Amino acid sequence: MLTKRIIACLDVDDGRVVKGVQFVNLRDAGDPVECAAAHARDGADEIVLLDITATSDKRNTMLDVVHRTARHLFIPFTVGGGICELSDAAAVFEAGADKIAINSAAVNDPTLIGRIAARFGSQAVVVAIDARRVSGGSSGFEVFVAGGRTPTGRNAIQWAREAAACGAGEIMLTSMDRDGTKAGFDCELTQLVADAVSIPVIASGGAGSPQHFIDVFRNGRAGAALAASIFHFGLENIGQLKRELQAANVPVRWPC
Amino acid sequence: MMASKIAIVDYGAGNLSSVKKAFDYLGADVVVTAQPEAVAAADKIVLPGVGHFSALGGLDNTGLRDAVLEGARRGKPFLGICLGMQWLFEGSDEAPEFAGAGIFAGRCLRFPSSVKSPHVGWNSLAVREGSRLLRNVAPDSFVYYTHSFQAPVVAATTASTEYGMRFSAVVEQANIFGVQFHPEKSWTVGLLMLKNFCEADL
Repeated sequence: MLTKRIIACLDVDDGRVVKGVQFVNLRDAGDPVECAAAHARDGADEIVLLDITATSDKRNTMLDVVHRTARHLFIPFTVGGGICELSDAAAVFEAGADKIAINSAAVNDPTLIGRIAARFGSQAVVVAIDARRVSGGSSGFEVFVAGGRTPTGRNAIQWAREAAACGAGEIMLTSMDRDGTKAGFDCELTQLVADAVSIPVIASGGAGSPQHFIDVFRNGRAGAALAASIFHFGLENIGQLKRELQAANVPVRWPC
Repeated sequence: MMASKIAIVDYGAGNLSSVKKAFDYLGADVVVTAQPEAVAAADKIVLPGVGHFSALGGLDNTGLRDAVLEGARRGKPFLGICLGMQWLFEGSDEAPEFAGAGIFAGRCLRFPSSVKSPHVGWNSLAVREGSRLLRNVAPDSFVYYTHSFQAPVVAATTASTEYGMRFSAVVEQANIFGVQFHPEKSWTVGLLMLKNFCEADL
């Protein structure tokens, strides 16, 4: 049976993990290479490295991180942040990433999705959507870009459908309302998008307890759920989360 | 282990670095090449592939198809990964104009509409006893998939997976091996299979 994926996200700034991890047995808790490997050993199904470096002159630092991570990480890993052109994506793939995540650049130019997919395959293109609940009107959820700062006036469900039609392999859907709240994933948003597209939807934003994962897999129909701060809600590691999911009859890769 | 040279065939599609890195990690003598001569000179051949079946057209107009088939005929251990496994069949509905190698009977078809497609993520194997590629692999191991088309279960199928239907996860016959999933991304289970292939001495 196809299992539900647990994806660990590491925010990387200038070559260092800046939040969302807390390891006891690591020589260097801020090293993304070691963090990614530790998550993989703990049972993560995938890793996302999100480059939040503000300045573009640090780009080579991130490529070095990707290169070093890829050498020893034998589960899929995605790199996002700052990918604006086909050439940016190519450099990240060249460094060893399996997938790239694009957000604002895809909204600005949806043909970028198809151009990357044509060269590297749809399976390698994750379109990240940051969505916020809007009051009034029937659209419900609006797409924001530029790290959530800029509203686009676009409907999140329609954009997900368009991204899929352009050749995206997966949608990484972040609820801006829930992000950082630990109040649970937005199951309504996730389900609306999951029902609108045939490609897998990765739910993101709001993870705070194992029950939240159960809810988003059952009610939100997510194929995967992403969390950056899995250690911050009293769980020892991803293995423990997976054991709890298994006890609730959610199919997971465990033991692995 | 016999020091054999492994050629990863680069026919211009997708990203081969993950496959190479996994073999590097295992200490194999491996080269990524687009040269038919280099394929001919290798002891073992790996045909990777992601994306669209039509990408395999890159084999046809470069002389690589003949080099790969000749190597396989001479009994060199051959491993097809994902599209590279589908190529071992007669063809795929994804790109009917391109012929597969036809080593195994049947065509690759879409998943039924009852399930989401592509099939992405970790799914379990049902392993048939006696598989050489899956030696020491636990019978219900999880492996990582990403694909929209699937190959039928045939006599050479040594492991299958269920997703809306049952399809071939692993095929093997004499020196020919194929896997639909990505062993290079299937954690220690996948590395073990690649190690078995490195050690295959046929």
